[in-house]
Amino acid sequence: MKQNAANIYRDPVLGKQLIEAIHKQADEFMQKHGRKLNLMEVCGTHTVSVSKAGLRDVFREQIEFISGPGCPVCVTSHEDIDYMIELAKQPEVILCTFGDMIRVPGSYSSLAEEKANGHDIQVLYSPLEALDIAEANPTKKVIFLAVGFETTTPAIAATIDMAANRAISNYYVYTVHKVCPPVIRLLFNDPKLKIDGLLLPGHVAAIVGRNALEFIADEYKIPSSIAGFEPLDVLAAIFDIIRMINNDEANVTNQYLRVVTEDGNIAAQQMIDTYFEITDSIWRGIGNITDSGLVLKPEFKHYDARNLFDITVTASPKTKGCRCGEVLSGHIKPTDCGHFAKSCTPVSPVGPCMVSYEGTCATYYKYERKV
Amino acid sequence: MCLAIPAKVIAIDGYMAEVESFGNTRKVGLTLCPETKLGDYVLVHAGFVIEIIDEQYALESQAIWKEMIEHEAKRG
Repeated sequence: MKQNAANIYRDPVLGKQLIEAIHKQADEFMQKHGRKLNLMEVCGTHTVSVSKAGLRDVFREQIEFISGPGCPVCVTSHEDIDYMIELAKQPEVILCTFGDMIRVPGSYSSLAEEKANGHDIQVLYSPLEALDIAEANPTKKVIFLAVGFETTTPAIAATIDMAANRAISNYYVYTVHKVCPPVIRLLFNDPKLKIDGLLLPGHVAAIVGRNALEFIADEYKIPSSIAGFEPLDVLAAIFDIIRMINNDEANVTNQYLRVVTEDGNIAAQQMIDTYFEITDSIWRGIGNITDSGLVLKPEFKHYDARNLFDITVTASPKTKGCRCGEVLSGHIKPTDCGHFAKSCTPVSPVGPCMVSYEGTCATYYKYERKV
Repeated sequence: MCLAIPAKVIAIDGYMAEVESFGNTRKVGLTLCPETKLGDYVLVHAGFVIEIIDEQYALESQAIWKEMIEHEAKRG
């Protein structure tokens, strides 16, 4: 395989053919049902892929793309963000985080502001780097902010495994990990949403496997397809979904065969099972969802940053007028929010959906504004 | 957030590997994909290899999609 192999997933000729095929199927749907087709992309990276490739525009008359709660930074609750900010202020702490968390506004501050105030906050690409920092600073408490879905959780679990092997005792994680199936169920049970098909997140599926997503077809009879992130990957999955809708089929198909297998990555799943257990979790704008989060098992509590300090955060007031919650649950589009592109921009964001590079509002700001 | 980068494995040292992507090299962990071999194309997420890219499927996917379109065209 050549290094420029990515180009085969951006082939314009095949892309156009796929678009035509989708147009044809979507016309068929519209004739039959007399309305546009509602397609949800659950993954924030797909929200970006769809906009970046201009697909919302290409199918504007036929397909309503609804963005789901697929950006882990965006769904992290206000309380958790306030707690992270308090952690950064504690003595002897080096707080490590992925980049997109740093500017998310909490109730009174953000990590970026606390960094400017002199607290030791480091933006890392990988939690592996946090282990090296912990080793190099034995007198400090190095805390990694563990945010993410099934794709990211195994990486965090692996660093705890490594910390044990390397006898690093000053490495901690603050976990706000979330799992996808409960929120997918919630979306399907939402009477305000009428989802005809679902574009499934390719890299979550790489970990959990296609079989783990079968419940979508079994329980809800809604067609869905696992997609990669290049334009042709997304187009092929969209085509497959509409084809199934028109044929009255409901399956979970895999259009990301080069990465996603039936059973997923077993080593990664074992890593999650070894260190984490399921718990209830609060999603920003959505509320508490039963069994939708992951926390460290009791026997690994000595790695949990929640046990380090006596911190209490009070329930925070909601940011006035911020409609991130409704955006995340697919009820409105970013453009329906009064703050959008006026008082809320990537430079000075009001809510998290405008901060993360794959937040729905940030994506709409970058790609979907018409001049 | 679930972004993953395709890269080629150019060196392996125990549970760590060196990968190359568009001219950049980087050390990544193999804990989640211990079967990774030298020369494999892999997906890297948050500093860990999360999956080996199936080369055959990677090369075949275009053919599969072309077939899908041809089938659609025949349907009329």
